[in-house]
Amino acid sequence: MKIAVCVSHVPDTATRVKIGADRKSIDPNGVTFIINPYDEYAVEEALKTKEKLGGDSLVYVISVGTDANKETLRKALAMGADEAILLKDDNPRDSFGIAGALADEIKSLGCELVFFGKQSVDYDDSIVGQITAEMLNYNCVHIVVDFKLDGNKITAEREIEGGREVIETELPAIITAQKGLNEPRYASLKGIMAAKKKVITEKPAAASTNFSEVIEMNLPAPKKPGRIIGTDSSAVPELVKLLREEAKVI
Amino acid sequence: MANKILAVLEQREGSLKKVSFEAASTAVKLAKELNADVEAVAVGLDINNLSEVGKYGISKVTLLKSSDLANYSSSGYSEAISNFAKEINAGYLILGNTALGNDLAPRLAVKLNSGCLVDCTHLNVEADNVIAIRPVYAGKANLTLKLNSDVKIFTIRPNVFKAELSGTENATITEKEISNPNLKSKVVAFKKSEGKLDVAEADIIVSGGRGMKSAENFKLIESLADVLGAAVGASRAVVDAGWRPHREQVGQTGKTVSPSLYIACGISGAIQHLAGMSSSKYIVAINKDKEAPIFSVADYGIAGDVFDVLPVLIEEIKKLHS
Ligand SMILES: Cc1cc2nc3c(=O)[nH]c(=O)nc-3n(C[C@H](O)[C@H](O)[C@H](O)COP(=O)(O)OP(=O)(O)OC[C@H]3O[C@@H](n4cnc5c(N)ncnc54)[C@H](O)[C@@H]3O)c2cc1C
Ligand SMILES: Nc1ncnc2c1ncn2[C@@H]1O[C@H](COP(=O)(O)O)[C@@H](O)[C@H]1O
Repeated sequence: MKIAVCVSHVPDTATRVKIGADRKSIDPNGVTFIINPYDEYAVEEALKTKEKLGGDSLVYVISVGTDANKETLRKALAMGADEAILLKDDNPRDSFGIAGALADEIKSLGCELVFFGKQSVDYDDSIVGQITAEMLNYNCVHIVVDFKLDGNKITAEREIEGGREVIETELPAIITAQKGLNEPRYASLKGIMAAKKKVITEKPAAASTNFSEVIEMNLPAPKKPGRIIGTDSSAVPELVKLLREEAKVI
Repeated sequence: MANKILAVLEQREGSLKKVSFEAASTAVKLAKELNADVEAVAVGLDINNLSEVGKYGISKVTLLKSSDLANYSSSGYSEAISNFAKEINAGYLILGNTALGNDLAPRLAVKLNSGCLVDCTHLNVEADNVIAIRPVYAGKANLTLKLNSDVKIFTIRPNVFKAELSGTENATITEKEISNPNLKSKVVAFKKSEGKLDVAEADIIVSGGRGMKSAENFKLIESLADVLGAAVGASRAVVDAGWRPHREQVGQTGKTVSPSLYIACGISGAIQHLAGMSSSKYIVAINKDKEAPIFSVADYGIAGDVFDVLPVLIEEIKKLHS
């Protein structure tokens, strides 16, 4: 079976955000970019599934973006993915623009099972997987913490408020990975060396409509510095009073 | 362009969720500013408080009814709601950004050939267009955007928009039977988690970090949460140590929360943690290191030992309630 994983290339979570000169995006100067943390779970699940299926299964990793995304694709290759594809576009795309390019490629590769991260920790939309699935008319389970494939049949557990939904569906399908699904493997030295030699296939991202338009990006108003009202339990009555009378939250 | 706003209401186990009233109220406000009609839709079997949306200003609500759709099905719900939206020619759809809303909105968007903006914290009308603000980079920045599609879908972050009582009447309910719903994906079971309340839905969260020293000591966090009717949250350090389950993790790779009150106990306030909780209305920090970054976002702080402060705090809150 052909399995795909879609990966995004995002600022390290420790990044302090500065607004860029265009006032519409961040200033990338000095920012370290990494593979989106949730996409590591997606890569791991794809590799595990391939290992279970055996035979001539293949894992493709796909990313939409600029040349910079190759670093993230190499990371996935180093973990063990077979082929990497960069769908190139130097202009930013919204979730629909990205999904359109991914859907086009997934279709032409003929991948029946595709893993996404549940969310890209840059814009935090948590929607590209579902959009891609709808565009392809694939089934889709979002925010998955447990995944089983038996022939064509999928049983997946999805995290929702207060518990987990157990969902049954079938291939072809998109699964979006949540932390807890697995423990992503570390790339071995051998894997890293092999990944360096692999060719990343580059092609222009297919055209797709962007529906949203950014007007501006701002930093949130800084929070007013608070008060330290004490250094031990003798401050508790004062704290309770403030919460009741000033904040009115208890 | 269609001039109708549709609030999509969410039910669980036959009751509308609080965020549905926030969505209804937001839809009513936008309808006024856009001079548009407003109505609501829900999917399910029997919903005990459906007519209550009337109190928030929506007089017409449709229940898309099927015994097969009592529980969420991504395929069934998206098909039923998108068909209904087409039928009434809805120009805007407003949903809560819950697990269900975030799953459903992008699917509706593709089916309606529209765009969607999720997890919005502000929706304003400017020159007949809805302008949305949504946090990005887990709250480290805000993005102002608009949609250019004919139909526009927005999901609102729970607990941020007010559910304002603006009507007095109960809404009129029209039931529409959905025969042969699309059940390509269906929920076959629900595994309830042990915690009483989920951080994503709680109005108060008591969170513990590595400063709690052990899983055992989280009894203190649980007792405080109990007396406050709060949910238990955790830092990633604590989740990685296996003291608490991942669903309780707050932060950039956990949950982004905005409760009325967030109490951080023995949490340093790493940037990834702050990202997930700094939009809480009030923040209390208890940490023995007065230089800890958590104090930079806290409204009230006690620079002391959690094992000294928490037992007294629990007793004081108990007294309040007795
Ligand atoms: C990719 C990535 C994603 C991440 N995502 C998240 C995330 O989503 N959420 C998250 O929380 N973190 C996240 N982190 C981790 C983050 O960087 C911090 O490591 C983590 O938040 C620290 O947790 P902590 O505050 O509990 O522990 P520490 O930083 O060790 O802080 C413990 C605090 O307890 C205080 N303390 C100790 N004893 C006592 C006592 N007796 N009484 C009072 N105070 C005491 C100390 O002064 C200290 O400030 C992420 C990191 C990475 C790399
Ligand atoms: N530019 C991209 N290229 C490939 N996959 C992407 C891209 N952006 C997002 N994704 C995938 O979609 C998931 C959800 O992203 P989002 O909806 O942006 O939060 C991510 O975890 C990735 O798996």
